[in-house]
Amino acid sequence: MNSVRSGSHPVRLEQDVVLARQAVRKLAQECGLRLVDQTKLVTAVSELARNTVVYGGGGEMDWEVLEDGPRKGIRLVFRDEGPGIADLKLALTDGWTSGGGLGLGLTGARRLVDEFDIASTPGVGTRVTIVRWN
Amino acid sequence: MTNLNHRTVDALRINHGELLRNWAADMEANTSQAALKAGELQQQMTEFLRLFVRGVEAGSPGSLATGEWSEMRHFLEKLSYNWAVMGVDSQETAAFIFSLKRPVMVLLQREFGDEALFFVEQLWVVSEFIDVLAMHTISTFQKSREAVIKRQQEELLELSTPVVKLWDGILALPMIGTLDSQRTQVVMESLLQRIVDTGSQIAIIDIIGVPTVDTLVAQHLLKTVTAIRLMGADCIISGVRPQIAQTIVHLGLDLQGIVTKANLADALALALARTGLSVGRAS
Repeated sequence: MNSVRSGSHPVRLEQDVVLARQAVRKLAQECGLRLVDQTKLVTAVSELARNTVVYGGGGEMDWEVLEDGPRKGIRLVFRDEGPGIADLKLALTDGWTSGGGLGLGLTGARRLVDEFDIASTPGVGTRVTIVRWN
Repeated sequence: MTNLNHRTVDALRINHGELLRNWAADMEANTSQAALKAGELQQQMTEFLRLFVRGVEAGSPGSLATGEWSEMRHFLEKLSYNWAVMGVDSQETAAFIFSLKRPVMVLLQREFGDEALFFVEQLWVVSEFIDVLAMHTISTFQKSREAVIKRQQEELLELSTPVVKLWDGILALPMIGTLDSQRTQVVMESLLQRIVDTGSQIAIIDIIGVPTVDTLVAQHLLKTVTAIRLMGADCIISGVRPQIAQTIVHLGLDLQGIVTKANLADALALALARTGLSVGRAS
């Protein structure tokens, strides 16, 4: 598996969520993802980017186009230097929210992608990595 | 900020015709000013220089608030507002004022070139004056641009919320684009108001133009549906595309209890049936 190209997007304001979605939709189209998979990935980006803005106080989205033999994929890393998540198990429970949301963003995003990894240290920040293959 | 020596002020006043010519020549050579008509630009420069000479006679511009400089301030504000609206960029607007520095320098050098200390000192003071004017112009320019953007945002907000009457008692709201919270608020308000005004029993929210349905959008929709029901009306959500449907399932969103349809026509047919109407072919 090797990385073809990569880049980064700032995710600091509400508007950046929309820009991140548009950027990923374009990448997904270039990688030949089907419409359903594009929509799933873009929706996951919407959830995670919003988490970065709302709970992480802003951060970055790193993107990477991957190639693994005939397969193409996209890896996205959402990182912030916010307060972090104290209880990851709780945060990954359907319906639990620390804000006023539905509590399905993080868990929903996990179900929308092929690979999902979350690392968080309270007081240091949070880092969510997702991968979607075509 | 110190004042200019009266000799410098005199030199500027007496030679202001020459100054204008040199400045105009520089402007022509250096900038495109495509958005501005030549005659108009010439007029602005003449007016600027007239106010500038009048200002330096009175003293330092300070914060441009004092009597003699206030006319200059109004002139600059009007100029930068007009240019911002016309789409002249900020660089060109700044260049308009900064480009006066060279002709002034040439003039002062000719007049006082043999008094090096005096020349440098006066040049510095004039330069400071011009900086103040340029700074004020740019900050007004920026404000004007922001006002333009804000106005456009408000116009978009208005555009995005047409509530359509499809039939007696049936309203439709075609949603388009990104549903951020501010817009959703406006949408919801205008829909609820129209329900009251028209006494409608059914509202159809069409989401075919919404590219991404995530949990935030879903939450907004759920709240709107609940509010509509509290008012005694019913709500149908239409325009659920296959890829959106699959995404909603994976997200784990619970839209049970909400009537959804794939397209607006189906939703209208259902709404008509519910209000006891039927559509038939005229024979």
